[in-house]
Amino acid sequence: MKKMSFIMVAVFLMISVSLAVAGTLDEVKKRGELNCGVSTGLPGFSNPDEKGTWTGLDVDGCRAVAAAALGDATKVKYVPLNAKERFTALASGEIDVLVRGTTWTMHRDTSLGLNFAGVNYYDGQGFMVTKKLGVKSAKELDGAAVCIQGGTTTELNLADYFKEQGMKYEPVVFDNHDSTIKGFEAGRCDVLTSDQSQLYGLRTHLPKPEEAVLLPEIISKEPLGPVVRQGDDAWFNVVRWTFFAMLNAEEMGVTSQNVDEMKKSKNPGVLRLLGLEGDKGKTLGLADDWSYQIIKQVGNYSESFERNVGQGSPLKIARGLNALWKDGGIQYAPPIR
Amino acid sequence: MAQPRKPSSTSWWNNAQYRALFFQVLLVLGVGLFFLFIVKNTLHNLEQRGIATGFDFLGQRAGFGINQHLVPYSEDSTYGRTFIVGLLNTMLVSGLGIIFATMLGVVAGVARLSSNWIVRKIATVYVEIFRNIPLLIQIFFWYFSVLRTLPSPKQSLHLGQSFFLNIRGVYLPQPIYESGFGWVVLALLAGIVFVIMLKIWAKRRQDQTGEQFPVLLVSLVVLFGLPGLVYFAMGAPLSWELPELKGFNYVGGMVVVPELAALLLALTIYTGTFIAEIVRSGILAVSHGQTEAASALGLRPGKVLQLVIFPQAMRVIIPQMTSQYLNLTKNSSLATAIGYPDLVAVFAGTTLNQSGQAIEIIAMTMAVYLTLSLVISMFMNWYNQRTLLRER
Repeated sequence: MKKMSFIMVAVFLMISVSLAVAGTLDEVKKRGELNCGVSTGLPGFSNPDEKGTWTGLDVDGCRAVAAAALGDATKVKYVPLNAKERFTALASGEIDVLVRGTTWTMHRDTSLGLNFAGVNYYDGQGFMVTKKLGVKSAKELDGAAVCIQGGTTTELNLADYFKEQGMKYEPVVFDNHDSTIKGFEAGRCDVLTSDQSQLYGLRTHLPKPEEAVLLPEIISKEPLGPVVRQGDDAWFNVVRWTFFAMLNAEEMGVTSQNVDEMKKSKNPGVLRLLGLEGDKGKTLGLADDWSYQIIKQVGNYSESFERNVGQGSPLKIARGLNALWKDGGIQYAPPIR
Repeated sequence: MAQPRKPSSTSWWNNAQYRALFFQVLLVLGVGLFFLFIVKNTLHNLEQRGIATGFDFLGQRAGFGINQHLVPYSEDSTYGRTFIVGLLNTMLVSGLGIIFATMLGVVAGVARLSSNWIVRKIATVYVEIFRNIPLLIQIFFWYFSVLRTLPSPKQSLHLGQSFFLNIRGVYLPQPIYESGFGWVVLALLAGIVFVIMLKIWAKRRQDQTGEQFPVLLVSLVVLFGLPGLVYFAMGAPLSWELPELKGFNYVGGMVVVPELAALLLALTIYTGTFIAEIVRSGILAVSHGQTEAASALGLRPGKVLQLVIFPQAMRVIIPQMTSQYLNLTKNSSLATAIGYPDLVAVFAGTTLNQSGQAIEIIAMTMAVYLTLSLVISMFMNWYNQRTLLRER
């Protein structure tokens, strides 16, 4: 009888565990910390410095979500993931949000149980070669050995591009950024291919960055953005509007420097953005000052961009497609009202 | 008040036999229900989260390239094909690794017991160094350090105009079989059959008359001579395709990619150390009296090892060898770190990520390693049975 009751208890325990799937937002609040999936080290996007502090555009995405949900941008636990692990880590609940240069595709959106909450960087796939090779265009790459990170859309685009051009290539597939750039550096392959932003970042890892050049061809669309689990709309809204708040702040000229003065602004749009009027944070399930905290602690999109990958960084990437729509780019956020 | 006791004093639920049966059935039922629960729960959760399930994905187009495939493969092949490609690559590196590690290990194991001081010390240093460095680091060492010292394709080291070595791998001439080559293969097979029969006959003759027959010499003549004769009789039906520098790389010929070389080297050297220790322990387990007795009978040291020591040492060596073979096979999955396209890198890596069907793919991958390991175990157990001491 004792044995029986033990089995019954065990079964009940398991059933109750499987039923207790609370909302991610509540879980994060209860935990007091955001588990954020980032890359294993990509300068400009997510990279730990020598003190172990994570910085980058994607890292700012994590910090902004933490600022919105918890009121403190430092309450983030970064989980470094390679391309192969990232979706499993998100689906299993190991991380709350994935901000790791992940390309939004239909297949990923519809069959992996994930939702893309926005596009924090519009990218495209490019090629990097050594200057010594003397290649000026990707069309001259017939027969080249290509270093590549496995499990990425890059791998598929590469195959498509070479097939379309009627060229042959030898893929050399590594499982993380570090090995990929090391393989390229050692000369195992002629070409390194990845999203162009990543190439800029990886180039800074080379002992002599000036000896590598990027080819002009961009062979794909790579909209990169934060990803959450499907079926948790409240959390999806939080992540999506965190990013929109940063874009809207840039548009209205609200920065981390002037956000306190802006509280006295006469512009109703700015007041709504800062949670002083309108819906405030209630409909998102957040504190009223959620967006103020994002801007104060992380900054607006422009600040984050320039600091990490733009003119204030070694990467010096131009805004290009990532400028606001009114400045000739395609970054566009729905209004906060 | 006193009740009359029945002849069978215990009721059925107090019967030890019934009771044991009852609990066994209960246990099996419990375990079965437990797994049923897990499977149902998983399927339910996957469906609820909108994650695709099932094995349909195996028929979809893979769309990515693999640089080493033993069967025809292109970007247009299916995910199912990537499974086969990965599986064969795993089996290739494991199979070669087992052969080379055994050869290296046996030599090093015997060398450790050598009476020659230098040989003994070299073997000891080898074992102590490579046994004590983590395998992954050794793989990185062979791949990144050794790779860096090799020249670029344009400055390849070469042996004549047919063998080239550079950072992209070793390029060898590729044999092209023309019609009539089948007869050469047939001749070789016939030669092998002849040699086996010759060996049986020679042993029987020696058992009966004590006379020896030069089996090795005759075997070599037959093995090489017979196919050679047929080869020239058919008008040399074999030509070679030479690798040629074209654009960035060598085109044509056969290539051994550096990933395979590095992985094979690391697995061989690492596992070889363990095998060396197993061989040493096996030899030491044979009583020294055996060696002395054999020497007293006038056998030379080589013959002592071959006829007296090894057959007895095998009983100790084989079971431990099995676990080393299993380790090597499983360790080959570290390939993914240096980009060798084995099952884990190709199928449980890229295919998993592109199709997103983690559970099915991991289950298939686990099943493969389980099957490979069980096959190796079964073979080694069978071999072990054969080498066991027959007690008469």
